[in-house]
Amino acid sequence: MSGRRDLAGRGGVTAPAGVLVVGASAAGLATVEALRRGGYPGAVTVLGAEPHLPYDRPPLSKQVLSGAWQPDRALLRPRDVLAALDAEFVLGDPAVGMDAPARSVRTASGRTLRADTIVVATGTSPRTLPGQAGLAGVHVLRTLDDALALRAGLLRCARLVVVGDGVLGAEVAATARTMGLDVTLAGPQRAPMASQLGRPVAHRLAELHTERGVRLRMGTGVRGLTGARGTVTGVSLDTGEVLPADLVVVAIGGDPVTGWLHDSGLPVDNGLVCDSRCRAADGIYAVGDVARWHHDQLGTLLRLENRTNATEQAVAVAADILGGDRPYTPVPYFWTDQFGTRIQVYGVLPADAEVTVVDGDPETGRFVARYRRDGEVTGVLGWNMPKQARMRRQEVADALAASDSASAAH
Amino acid sequence: MKVTVDEAMCCGAGQCVLLAPDVFDQRDEDGVVVLLDAAPPEPLHAVVREAASVCPAAAISLGEGA
Repeated sequence: MSGRRDLAGRGGVTAPAGVLVVGASAAGLATVEALRRGGYPGAVTVLGAEPHLPYDRPPLSKQVLSGAWQPDRALLRPRDVLAALDAEFVLGDPAVGMDAPARSVRTASGRTLRADTIVVATGTSPRTLPGQAGLAGVHVLRTLDDALALRAGLLRCARLVVVGDGVLGAEVAATARTMGLDVTLAGPQRAPMASQLGRPVAHRLAELHTERGVRLRMGTGVRGLTGARGTVTGVSLDTGEVLPADLVVVAIGGDPVTGWLHDSGLPVDNGLVCDSRCRAADGIYAVGDVARWHHDQLGTLLRLENRTNATEQAVAVAADILGGDRPYTPVPYFWTDQFGTRIQVYGVLPADAEVTVVDGDPETGRFVARYRRDGEVTGVLGWNMPKQARMRRQEVADALAASDSASAAH
Repeated sequence: MKVTVDEAMCCGAGQCVLLAPDVFDQRDEDGVVVLLDAAPPEPLHAVVREAASVCPAAAISLGEGA
């Protein structure tokens, strides 16, 4: 692998590569692995914006942030396994433009990489608050370097405010609180992750955080940051209240990394827009967080920032490149671990869904809940029952397939 | 093919069980992977390779001519 890294000389144009994967994280790596498993014999190049070999992101807000894992443990594959893929990894060189008809990608260092097939796997980048860039002590969390910088901050600071009440904000709050910091979590929802978990379970998650000492400031937007001498001093809320802080994490979601495609002519609208085969144009695909594809069973464009979607979508795209022709219709899935509680979610859990406990008992801290809307199953949630939740995944898959045939009949 | 799993890395997603139920299971109490067959027969190799690749915690490793 390393021996081939310099083949794409700076400023030069490489010999045509069979497949160019733009993005060296989970989705990009899984695409390469699925191509090779499927017998793809051609050249494969992986272009990564970061200098690191492919690493995993879910541990960044948990084991890497807490220090339970050394950073190397987040690497997705050992070097020898990567080398066996016979792919050229061009790392630390972000893509800055694409010529879609010519299927070539320009990079920040001046390389031009050409391929028969391009797979866009550039992920998302964190949103920030106005004024954030000029203030020390304010962090986002997306990359390994972000996680290490935030960890250094957690080790020398005492009072953390997390802005954002989604999965990432809730996980960072839990990890930092477990490390002993004074933690406040602020966000506009009535409870953390309310839009992902539905109200009853989000309320339960709020109780878990409160029991463990996290202060919740829910139901309020954030107006901005306060600072003195270039360092953050707090977070000001829409209510006028200022939450004092010597460290702030901004976890208010991410935007798909598509700026480099702006003059490519490809359809960009909250992600790279694709058909049901995850194809944006002839020979150009998207996978992972950046891909907004048509989910035929749900009958809508969908973009999922879920870890398992990155790999499942990669498998689907590789199959299409190898000549398969099937729509990508996954059952959405994510998990989160907070304060030792493992939550698994299959499908979607609308706020207005009817929630029924179908296994375990909330009183004992372990249960599985089924979510229905208009009589149809939309999702299943496990609270400290990962296996039992997974065993009900098929109920969600069946409901998705049924809605597909119902819409096909119309 | 020799399959190994790292229980400490497993996140309990159960993707491996969905793909290869003859090779992987999950513990009832916490969902952590249980390896049923560390040397699966040849017809299962392709699906075990896929399971190792799509494992969202990179907790499955393959050795010996995998």
